[in-house]
Amino acid sequence: MGSITLAAGKIPATRRVATAATGESVAVRWILIGVAVFFLALFIFLPLAIVFSQAFAKGIGVYWASLRQPDALAAIRLTLLAAAIAVPLNLIFGVAAAWAIGKFEFVGKTLLITLIDLPFSVSPVVSGLIYVLLFGLQGLLGPWLARHDLQIIFAVPGIVLATIFVTFPFVARELIPLLQAQGQEEEEAALALGASGWQTFFRVSLPNIKWGLLYGVILCNARAMGEFGAVSVVSGHIRGRTNTMPLHVEILYNEYQFVAAFAVASLLALLALTTLLVKTVVEWRARRQLAESAAWNEEGQIA
Amino acid sequence: MSIEAKDITKKFGHFTALDHVDLKIPSGELVALLGPSGSGKTTLLRIIAGLEFADSGTILFDGEDTTHRNARDRRVGFVFQHYALFRHMTVFENIAFGLRVRPRNLRPSKEQIHAKVHELLRLIQLKNLSGRYPSQLSGGQRQRVALARALAVEPSVLLLDEPFGSLDAKVRLELRRWLRQLHDEVHITSVFVTHDQEEALEVSDRVAVMKEGRIEQVGTPDDVYHRPITPFVYNFLGNVNLFHGRIDEETPIHEGAAGEPVYVRPHLLEIHRQPNGGGHFRATIKHINSAGPLVKVEALSEWGDPVQVELSQEKFRELQLAKEDTVFIIPKELKVFQKKVV
Repeated sequence: MGSITLAAGKIPATRRVATAATGESVAVRWILIGVAVFFLALFIFLPLAIVFSQAFAKGIGVYWASLRQPDALAAIRLTLLAAAIAVPLNLIFGVAAAWAIGKFEFVGKTLLITLIDLPFSVSPVVSGLIYVLLFGLQGLLGPWLARHDLQIIFAVPGIVLATIFVTFPFVARELIPLLQAQGQEEEEAALALGASGWQTFFRVSLPNIKWGLLYGVILCNARAMGEFGAVSVVSGHIRGRTNTMPLHVEILYNEYQFVAAFAVASLLALLALTTLLVKTVVEWRARRQLAESAAWNEEGQIA
Repeated sequence: MSIEAKDITKKFGHFTALDHVDLKIPSGELVALLGPSGSGKTTLLRIIAGLEFADSGTILFDGEDTTHRNARDRRVGFVFQHYALFRHMTVFENIAFGLRVRPRNLRPSKEQIHAKVHELLRLIQLKNLSGRYPSQLSGGQRQRVALARALAVEPSVLLLDEPFGSLDAKVRLELRRWLRQLHDEVHITSVFVTHDQEEALEVSDRVAVMKEGRIEQVGTPDDVYHRPITPFVYNFLGNVNLFHGRIDEETPIHEGAAGEPVYVRPHLLEIHRQPNGGGHFRATIKHINSAGPLVKVEALSEWGDPVQVELSQEKFRELQLAKEDTVFIIPKELKVFQKKVV
């Protein structure tokens, strides 16, 4: 029973409560909270409110009509398509890469970690340009692609590729610390008990990382749907064909179609809010899983 | 099933974990691999299990070569030092795991699995905790679940890596006896790794003492304790006083004289107030610890070596020893290891 109280005592221990010695006076506390709330209101709540108020400025009818424009629908479809391709691919890649990094020692590990981080450190516009330079008409592979009648740049494949590139790190980044914290004793135990590699993965490894994995997927999805820069470079902005939602919003806005622009933007905002909500729940579970893993290992060693 | 390791060598980079190791384990025996950390005992165990592969040498199970089979095909039960229980599964699910992952044609029915798990839960005396998760169990309980999980697949060999290493002293003692009892009941060939000599001597049928990737001596606990063949074994299996000197009739251990090192266990040194006869040396008492069944005395010999002596409480009261007293010490039994002529 001792270990229960120990384990239970360990997790809330990360939550710090200010004591008299480290706490601030009441006035300072109110000022700090006030400043934080002011900035939140100014930079987050206000813009969000404006998005929705602008979207509904001419009534719900107009709002609906602008969402049902063929171009808007095409943009929504394309965004969903890009995410539907990019997220599962990066899910598989992320798990595989995190698995290799978290559980094995091999030459070039540091290089792999650096490469996974690359999309984070490179400006999305540059990412897009890379694809133009590679696949564009004047690009490296352009002539060959043209000869075979394949179009990547200014077409859907380019958008999908750019989306995959910018959302590349999310899943892997989320899983690496988790897998490293867990070590591989449980996998070894499963193997010694006669489980096959796949059985070990699905019955032992996957359940141990599921919250971290879900968290990574949510972030990956949010970015895939909201990406602007990289997609903008490779898209060519062909209405109804190569416009994603963020690009469509920009075009509408530049054409002074404020209601329509904000209507589509409100969808993205809704997506963000939903993501935030799901993320909070999942993040809480994922963090608990990581804390449990750490406490579990630590306890095993000390107890 | 008997196990035989033949000429096993394993290197990790430049570090030689195992250096041409040979070990035979007869069927049904409980054998301890005993040694300090870094002596290669866990590596040897993992190679027997198929979790690690030797650079050279062979592993035979019942005379059959299993060197290239992995853990999955060797039918071994392995108990990990930190238990490695599946944290997202209940006790029941943990124990049932090995049965549930079997190929369909070999998998027992639901009822059979249920019966088997409950039989094991009875064996480990945790029947009412089958629905608990590992994090809700104490260390000793986790250890027993790990053992039951390994036994569920009816392995031909049971391998345990420091099975009591992370438990507190009381639970450790209890589980140790329990493991011995269990082995007497099931008679499965078992190998366990430990760095605790007391544990090895108490539990096992035979002990293999390891040092720096080699096996120093294999024998019954009685053998290795009373008839050690190397200074290391003598040293590792109990407290020991080491003197450099020569043995002669008058004073058994001479100051500064060249010769073989002489070993004496602390309880084989006798303390006297007066020099009686000879064969003694003079020492000054520096520290006395009388808590426990034996009184431990630390003294400084006349030539400046620290000496540890253990004596009974009775004898201690009789002598009325105090710090800084000068006493005469007579070794009752000396151990000298002849230097190997190379």
